[in-house]
Amino acid sequence: MKDRVQTDYGTAIRDAFAYLLENHSDVFVIGQGLWSPWYVGNSMTNLDKDFGVDRIIDTPVSESACTGAAVGAAIAGMKPIVVHPRMDFMLYAMDSIVNEAAKWSSMMGGQASAGVTVRAIINRGGEQGAQHSQSLHSWFAHVPGLRVVMPANVADARDLLIASVLSKDPVIYIDDRWLYSQTEELKPIIERDLALEGPQVTRIGSQATLVGAGYSAKLCEDASILLAIDGIDVEVVDVRILNPFDASKIVASVNKTGRLVVVDGGWGNSGFAAEVMASVVEQIGPTSLKSSPKRVTLPPAPAPACSVLEEIYYTKATDVVEAVKAILK
Amino acid sequence: MSLESDLQKGLVAQSTHLDRLINLENTNVDDLLQRLGMMQSIRTVENKIAEMRRVGKIGGPVHLGAGQEAIAVGISKHLRMSDRIFSAHRSHAHLLALGSDPKALFAEVLGRSTGLTKGMGGSMHLWDEANGFYGSVPIVAGTVPLAVGAGLAAKMKGTSDIAVAYFGDGAAEEGVVHESLNLASQLKIPVLFICENNLFSSHMHISQRQPLQSVARFAIANGIKYRVVDGNNLIDVDSAALELIQYARTGNGPVFIEAVTYRQFGHVDWRDDIDVGVNRSSEDLATWRNRDPITRLTRALIALEPELQQVIAEKQVEISVATDADWDLAEKDPFPSADALLGTVYSKASK
Repeated sequence: MKDRVQTDYGTAIRDAFAYLLENHSDVFVIGQGLWSPWYVGNSMTNLDKDFGVDRIIDTPVSESACTGAAVGAAIAGMKPIVVHPRMDFMLYAMDSIVNEAAKWSSMMGGQASAGVTVRAIINRGGEQGAQHSQSLHSWFAHVPGLRVVMPANVADARDLLIASVLSKDPVIYIDDRWLYSQTEELKPIIERDLALEGPQVTRIGSQATLVGAGYSAKLCEDASILLAIDGIDVEVVDVRILNPFDASKIVASVNKTGRLVVVDGGWGNSGFAAEVMASVVEQIGPTSLKSSPKRVTLPPAPAPACSVLEEIYYTKATDVVEAVKAILK
Repeated sequence: MSLESDLQKGLVAQSTHLDRLINLENTNVDDLLQRLGMMQSIRTVENKIAEMRRVGKIGGPVHLGAGQEAIAVGISKHLRMSDRIFSAHRSHAHLLALGSDPKALFAEVLGRSTGLTKGMGGSMHLWDEANGFYGSVPIVAGTVPLAVGAGLAAKMKGTSDIAVAYFGDGAAEEGVVHESLNLASQLKIPVLFICENNLFSSHMHISQRQPLQSVARFAIANGIKYRVVDGNNLIDVDSAALELIQYARTGNGPVFIEAVTYRQFGHVDWRDDIDVGVNRSSEDLATWRNRDPITRLTRALIALEPELQQVIAEKQVEISVATDADWDLAEKDPFPSADALLGTVYSKASK
């Protein structure tokens, strides 16, 4: 039998770029490091050579102007993708994202929209410290008008990037370098409407519901396997789309299991895990919970550089396992 | 001495640069009358908005550009419908000079569903794609990089269209403007950066905010072709716009005009604002009212042909009547329905 072709997460992102650039002439990519994309793993290799430096635009060190230019090009009818190899540096571009792109459709009475895709990469660990590490998805998920996408698996990495770029709305597409080594056998590309995508149950179980987005969804998956070894059967929901957020599948799951653990790669206070929990608590019956729901998030501190502290700081699958066991007691 | 060097020394308020009789050699009187009419119309619309705000008919803030009309009217003649124009909080003149309908502007400042942004934006968020107006927002410098992107789109599509970024001297203090100038210059993007230096940002005079008062120094720093002009002289603005816009259209990258001017109203709404800030005295205001761009062009036209006084006066009556009629119509228009609140936050799903 012929071996099935396995695609890794980074290559899947590159496949999405190539598909978009081949099939949609209005697509272009702008950002730093695009002509020497060691910043972004294998996710953009040779795009400049295959599609030309006029469409793959490496830029001055100007996150704010480059993001603003992408927003302006989108308003002018293009389908730009602006790449931020680390989300931390993207904070220079907050005005263009939050004040302009997010609000353009509403404040212009629906006559125009900024269909830009902002690819923000979470790139942490390896003793990189506080400013090469952040997962700030919660900030963007707070803002009406932005769609926030966190693909946790290889197929979503490809297909949700394509859907993001084809959306008329501004999209924050967040990929995590810790997911890049995953592999999957991919089906042929079908263009999908991002507005119709939402959370998905990725593992069916009965004793607790684990919820996460991006790498946190993978932690939930990994934890579910460890828990199964101990005879504990959990359901996993991959959030995928954080904004606009549709909690209905999570609510349905918790109605069934009676227990909820939310894993988030950001900080706990005012973070996305709190949004998941609040949405569930608001919509579930008062007697449906068998125990208090629990969050597994980062400690309330900037990321440390030293490896010993990093080991404590970042959430591991075993931390999720412990959280589940704690609420099952 | 040049306007640019006097401006840097802070001498504009005292100098005679902006008082001289406008030279109408080699101009067409009919064209000038038509453009004077546009300036009169913009002034009349803004005076109407000022008055209606004062009496409480307009609920939200309005940033009026009375005294600055020659800039937008001088530039817009050299623009095409397919160019894309971006502006900021003080944008009414930029919009109207493109031929936008005053009644739709009135409806917008009244929050009506027939307004330029369906009652969702108000005075500070305007949109009129049909006339090339690609949006104004009040975040200082917010649209400057957007214009760079629209210029990039025009370039990528292989057109000779340009984008225009109107901004003020205050915006020149924002970091993103400097990034935008550098980016546009480096990538040879067809953008006209047009800085209306009215010497004030809110209550602060430029001497309180910048070590030098001519913002064109930032064009020099980024290798961008530029001109500093008397922004209250339509002919000066016109000649700079003609030359520089042509330069940008023909693949030479961005251009920059600094137009020195003065706003006759305060930062926001109808007041004079002589009681805020340090350098805006009633004497200054009187000096600048004497340099009013409409008065100066009218003076020059009458010096050329005295009988034009009557023509211009009759035109003003006609404009005033039309403006009042537009306002009355706009006031009768409906407010948006409640579903407008959530209806345009996201695009509709395709199936």
